[in-house]
Amino acid sequence: MALAESLSGGGARSTLLRAGLARRAEAVVIPLLALLAGLAVFGLFLLTQGKSPVDFFALVWKGAYGSAFSWQNTLSRAAPLLLSALCVALPARLGLVVIGGEGAIVLGGVAAGALAGPLAGAPAIVGLPLLAAAAMVVGGVWIGASGALRHLRGVNETIASLLLSYIAIALMNQLVEGPLRDPASLNKPSTAPLADQLRVGNMPGMDVHWGLAFGIAACVLSWVLIERTTWGFAARIAGGNLRAAEVQGLPVGRLIVGFTALGGAFAGLAGFFEVTAIHGSANASLAAGYGYTGILIAFLARQNTLAIIPVAILLAGFDASSGLVQRRMQLPDATVQVLQGLVFMAILMSETLYGRLRLFAAGKGA
Amino acid sequence: MKVIGQTPGPDAALAVETLGMTMRFGNFTALEDVSIRVAAGSFHALLGENGAGKSTLVKCIMGFYHATSGQLLVGGREARIADPRDARALGLGMVYQHFTLVPSLTVAENLVISRLDTPGVIDWRAERRALDAFMAAMPFRVPLDQQVSRLAAGEKQKLEILKQLYLGSRFLILDEPTSVLTPDEADEVLGHVRGLCAAGEVSVLMITHKFREVTAFADEVSVLRRGRLVGQGRVAELSHARMAAMMIGAEKEYVPAARKGSPGAPVLELSGIRATDRSGLKQIAIDSLTVRAGEIAGIAGISGNGQMELMEVLTGQRATSAGEIRVEGAPYRASRAEAQALAVRYLPEEPLKNACAPRMSVIDNIAFRSFDRKDGRAAFWLSPRSMKAQGTDLIDAFRVKAAVPDGPIAALSGGNVQRAVLARELTGAVRLLIISNPCFGLDFAAVAEIRARIVAARNAGAAVLLMSEDLDEVMELSDRILVMSEGRIDYEVAANEASLAEIGHHMGGHA
Repeated sequence: MALAESLSGGGARSTLLRAGLARRAEAVVIPLLALLAGLAVFGLFLLTQGKSPVDFFALVWKGAYGSAFSWQNTLSRAAPLLLSALCVALPARLGLVVIGGEGAIVLGGVAAGALAGPLAGAPAIVGLPLLAAAAMVVGGVWIGASGALRHLRGVNETIASLLLSYIAIALMNQLVEGPLRDPASLNKPSTAPLADQLRVGNMPGMDVHWGLAFGIAACVLSWVLIERTTWGFAARIAGGNLRAAEVQGLPVGRLIVGFTALGGAFAGLAGFFEVTAIHGSANASLAAGYGYTGILIAFLARQNTLAIIPVAILLAGFDASSGLVQRRMQLPDATVQVLQGLVFMAILMSETLYGRLRLFAAGKGA
Repeated sequence: MKVIGQTPGPDAALAVETLGMTMRFGNFTALEDVSIRVAAGSFHALLGENGAGKSTLVKCIMGFYHATSGQLLVGGREARIADPRDARALGLGMVYQHFTLVPSLTVAENLVISRLDTPGVIDWRAERRALDAFMAAMPFRVPLDQQVSRLAAGEKQKLEILKQLYLGSRFLILDEPTSVLTPDEADEVLGHVRGLCAAGEVSVLMITHKFREVTAFADEVSVLRRGRLVGQGRVAELSHARMAAMMIGAEKEYVPAARKGSPGAPVLELSGIRATDRSGLKQIAIDSLTVRAGEIAGIAGISGNGQMELMEVLTGQRATSAGEIRVEGAPYRASRAEAQALAVRYLPEEPLKNACAPRMSVIDNIAFRSFDRKDGRAAFWLSPRSMKAQGTDLIDAFRVKAAVPDGPIAALSGGNVQRAVLARELTGAVRLLIISNPCFGLDFAAVAEIRARIVAARNAGAAVLLMSEDLDEVMELSDRILVMSEGRIDYEVAANEASLAEIGHHMGGHA
């Protein structure tokens, strides 16, 4: 009798364990399948262009992860992607779909570039934190505005943030071609070049700038915020059911504005690193599409801020290898965008699969 | 006089009759042996409380459900209706409580697309001629070229009825057709329906809660209670009091739940509250409402009379245009800090929809009240371990059947979701408990347990405000009973002096 009880108890425990595992496995396997499906469809697309998919993926591997040099290239590109993906994933925990990170990157970069002039004489220890703070404030205000419009006026945050990013790019062009333009920048209107001590350098022992470390730290801190603090828990309640959050008296408006602004601040920080570590001044190169790739990364990572780290490195690899692929296979550079688009479509379609695959149904019946 | 079995003319009203209609869902009998005859050209009202079986009956007639036993006679002949299409082919039509029109299309377009045989390419000129002729023959009209989104609610409801006539329906079921209308609009629409019946164009079976409309417009009335037909007759021969008595059931001895102690000081005080209701047409006006410590004040009322809006006002989800809410004498705006300091707790109706995050775990959902406090102070760090310990304890204490405590709460049955919410809201000292329809849709065992917990909270000194559409529940639990009707509280009585007839009378509104 006692034996039978302990046996059945053990059975129940292992069922629970299986159910928990099944839920976790589902969150990994479905995005992975979607990624593979997207890549497969892209392979078909290459065949219609008379190119070999095998050659393509071999080249991507080589260009992205094949050598120390390609790894460094990939990781440098991952830095802004990590930060811009957070601009999507943080609001997503409140059930908001923000796709305007590009605007926050651009304006964050402009803010850093503009403030670098007056701070040209300041030491790095003072100047860099100030530039970073300015970039984060501007980015935060820009995306936070989408959240505020949503909460106060019921404006759709997806459309608002997208349109705001167009405005941001226009504003950047206006500023760098007008009041902030360095007269010496002839072909490509830019702000004045940054003083040497305001340039962010590489991390010791590698040819990758500090943005990567900050990006990874931001992802980890965001995870801690969401999973381990009461604010993050409140945000998850509001994202899970707004009415329930209201009945609990949670400050829904402050959460919405706070999380969108934090996401925007991270995107602004990406702009800061683009200016201080890559370009050396603010110009149109800031609008490189990192904000849009960040959307794809956040969705692939299922809005999990830790999962953003590997996914961003994966997608940065596609980016890093595009030059090599172009040269060797005579493919236009838009090819990588086709790839990204197909993967994104596959991810969006895979959203409908959750809870429907037999394989993971173990937890349901229990 | 029509001979039974004779085929009615194509444009004549249809007689419809149910014979011993019974509908069971598993062990639950929603409808038992109901026989109702709607004579050709008559206006028949169907009265009953929520859950009395009105919807089940009309769904059986319209082919949405297949009755477990019983027959349906249409025009005196037995009809077998397999699905709503069959009902439509026989000339049975239904107008739903909410509009089924396409707002962005015109009236003419809505009519044409509602047909089953709309061709792929529409000859608008021919359709227009046919529609003009159709409208000309109707006793009331809606402008054909108007976009539906620009029509007032009353016009839309008229269009819904015209649409049924256009589709050839000769027997109409109207499901609370006036719930989205102002009283004037309601009178106009029902006046037209009455005219159509008198002209012999249609027969009507109208589900309603409003006695006034029954008396003013219907010929006959049938009353359902708990799935049974409990009364029937000519409207001219029935008083409102008689109808209310039939609807609510015979005077019976209510056994109030065991209680101890008597009411103490006022905890919740509302004065001069004004707010707009969901439709934006009507006002919620609570002039004065007080709930004392150690008492349950029960608000009875038929659904849609402002209870939901009052709940939203009390939870801070609906703005008020005037008035004041006080808890323990202090102004109360339902912020989290106030709710925590004053120990105000809520049990909204449909807990999964209004009080839980369905995809978060049972343990997380139970932690909603307390996750941000630790040792009486605001906490920044979440403590998953103590949340899990507390959640597991409460799951045991409130006997929540949750196979996977860290699985999503949406996987639980309704009774267990409500137990989990109770576990959350009733833990710790509770000064004020605000409840709406706590047992709606739950099985017998869960109902008894949840009611016992509510009474236990009262006995422990909490002030309880209970809003419920289930009159039995209000009678059983309350120390004091209030009736809400048309957004106002217009009757109040101590539970031991309450008479069902009197309460029913006030629930029906404008007696």
